[in-house]
Amino acid sequence: MLEFDKVMLELYGFLAAWCAARSIPLIWLDLTVMIIAGLIMIGVLSLAALFLVWWERKVSAHLQDRLGPMRTGTHGVLQTLADGIKLLQKEDIVPSAADKRVYFWAPVVAFVAAYLAYIVIPFGKGLIARDLNIGILYIIAITSFTVISLLMAGWASNNKYALLGGMRSAAQIVSYEVPLTISVLGAVMLAGSLSMVDIVEAQGPYFWKWYWLPQILGFGIYFISATAEANRTPFDLPEAEQELVAGFNVEYSGMKFAMFFLAEFVNMFTISAIATTLFLGGWQPPLPGLAFIPSWIWFMGKTLFLVFVLMWFRWTYPRLRVDQLMNFAWKFLLPLAFLNLILTGLGVYFFG
Amino acid sequence: MDRPRFRPHAGKITVDNMIENKDLREEEFLINMGPQHPSTHGVLRLILKMEGEFIRDLTPYVGYLHRSIEKIAENRTYNQFMPFTDRIDYCASMPSNLAWATAVEKLAAIEVPERAEYLRVIMVELNRIASHLIWLGTMSLDLGAVTPFLYAFREREWILDLFEMTCGQRLTYHYIRIGGVARDIPVEFEKSCRAFIKDFRRRVDDYEAILTENPIFLGRTKDIGILPLDLAKDLGASGPTIRGSNYGWDIRKVEPYSVYDRFDFQIPIGANGDVWDRYMVRIEEFRQSCKIIEQALDGLPEGDTVRSKLPTVLRPPAGEVFSRIEAPRGEMGYYIVSNGDKKPFRVKIRTASYGNLQCLRPTSIGLKIADLVAIFGSLDVILPEVDR
Repeated sequence: MLEFDKVMLELYGFLAAWCAARSIPLIWLDLTVMIIAGLIMIGVLSLAALFLVWWERKVSAHLQDRLGPMRTGTHGVLQTLADGIKLLQKEDIVPSAADKRVYFWAPVVAFVAAYLAYIVIPFGKGLIARDLNIGILYIIAITSFTVISLLMAGWASNNKYALLGGMRSAAQIVSYEVPLTISVLGAVMLAGSLSMVDIVEAQGPYFWKWYWLPQILGFGIYFISATAEANRTPFDLPEAEQELVAGFNVEYSGMKFAMFFLAEFVNMFTISAIATTLFLGGWQPPLPGLAFIPSWIWFMGKTLFLVFVLMWFRWTYPRLRVDQLMNFAWKFLLPLAFLNLILTGLGVYFFG
Repeated sequence: MDRPRFRPHAGKITVDNMIENKDLREEEFLINMGPQHPSTHGVLRLILKMEGEFIRDLTPYVGYLHRSIEKIAENRTYNQFMPFTDRIDYCASMPSNLAWATAVEKLAAIEVPERAEYLRVIMVELNRIASHLIWLGTMSLDLGAVTPFLYAFREREWILDLFEMTCGQRLTYHYIRIGGVARDIPVEFEKSCRAFIKDFRRRVDDYEAILTENPIFLGRTKDIGILPLDLAKDLGASGPTIRGSNYGWDIRKVEPYSVYDRFDFQIPIGANGDVWDRYMVRIEEFRQSCKIIEQALDGLPEGDTVRSKLPTVLRPPAGEVFSRIEAPRGEMGYYIVSNGDKKPFRVKIRTASYGNLQCLRPTSIGLKIADLVAIFGSLDVILPEVDR
């Protein structure tokens, strides 16, 4: 019905023919397509982040017996837009003792890093910006950029709360990177490829063949570590409001604050999208008979469900303490991740 | 030699600089927490000496909410001072009213109608629940759990509705007066109150389900901020703070006032005196308060008089009196010196929060800043009561 893969290829073929007829080098077409695709991606993701902010407020409100935003548009759908416009108008405060250049670039790095991961995420059949053969490795590398931005923000603000928040985030994200990477390896071993498209296609359109079942341990470890990577409760220590006021972004205001905020929500979407791709069959329907529903709807549905689970976590659990957080990563998740890796290896060796 | 102070970006940061930079070393640093900070519950100011995440020393500074209520008392008649007692602990105005009323009644030997005594007990216990609900909400918020906060305030709303139908106020009630209470309860009060108790019992179980056995909550509260009993006594702790340290000190039992000796209820105590014990004590007090309210509603005597006839201007005989009650946060007492005039000569207010706040420093040194927040939440300090 609404599959894009064929349409895209036909469109590209038509444009290539059009260029060839006018003897324009194909590189210009490729560049133009890439730029347009990038802009579409940024637009879609920004809209998705705006939607997620609203959705988080509604989910939290309904979990807490409230209504949440109701005034702007039907059930407050335009609330985030209104907030964004308000934040745009806010004064951009830079502390006089701040390291101005680092202070300026920190939200930019956070924002860019959050968006870069989407290059290799397959949103649907054929809906991927670039199918890198090291896709998952690329994602793990790119998402680590977040820690640099948080550290930059914490350091450059010249505020002790911000510094503590930045240090916490550095320790936390670097620690959780390890079990996260190892848990991802399980799915990679099963699929035999690092490419996101290959991993999705290896899982097939049967929900019991997706990797959540053989990788139930890996899925759990991945999801927990990813929650910590995205600084979500119960691992939201870098911005623990009750301890560090707002942590690394305590001095940020206006659009810079909004960029951190949007990056956080984009990250939340990223980790859910990766979990969907690796463990829940990506854009594959749960049964072959359900393939009449477009693949990108399946992908979005699964991803948004995981996002909902993340929100559910956030509004249910208290926050861990710094040392408990570290113990959990190194003494619990990491051995489990190794165990999962060994079991997967044995499984692949004997049954694969 | 002036030593370099804590400046995160002293000088240009280059690799060469970092290798040669003598500034680059570990150091304790000071953090100013409050008076405007999300978890100082008002206007407490803490100067923390930190070593990374660890607290090496802390100094609480109080006085940001000082309104000289004790001095004001010397310039008001006994009845005029009653509204000021509302403002001493605005989360629990009824007990503050009751403490002043019982002190003046003791001084002037005033009889209180029995129905008024029962109404006082009902109101004070309802207010204890409301006050503990604020504590539950803010403490869970301090630990990072936002949802119980809103649940707690949802239930508190019902109590405030009950108060509103009784005395027209939702925060500073001024309901308990010298010689009785301001007015009788409306007819629909009893039904609504019983419905609330029935509903609230279930809600307490809900709170327990979301917090008590939660491993993260246990990790954050068990064996954190242990307050030994000797220390608690030395520092003048009272209320749930000292009861958490395995000591059944409750004025309602040890020195019964009003009609508390007629009710059957237990004093919950904790075992170790850690944050979790103080939490459990207050959770159990929810249930005990429900029990007291039900008994008081059952035994509520019929009658029209809820306030004894008093002279327009009350002139207690010369003398002095100290009277105390069990407020939600602990022992609240008024020391009044009268010289026979229509105004008190001197009033000293003993509030629970002041003693409880002193427990913060010895229990939190050496722990982390996150523990400090948890301990402070569990002490349930309210700053207007500290500063008066």
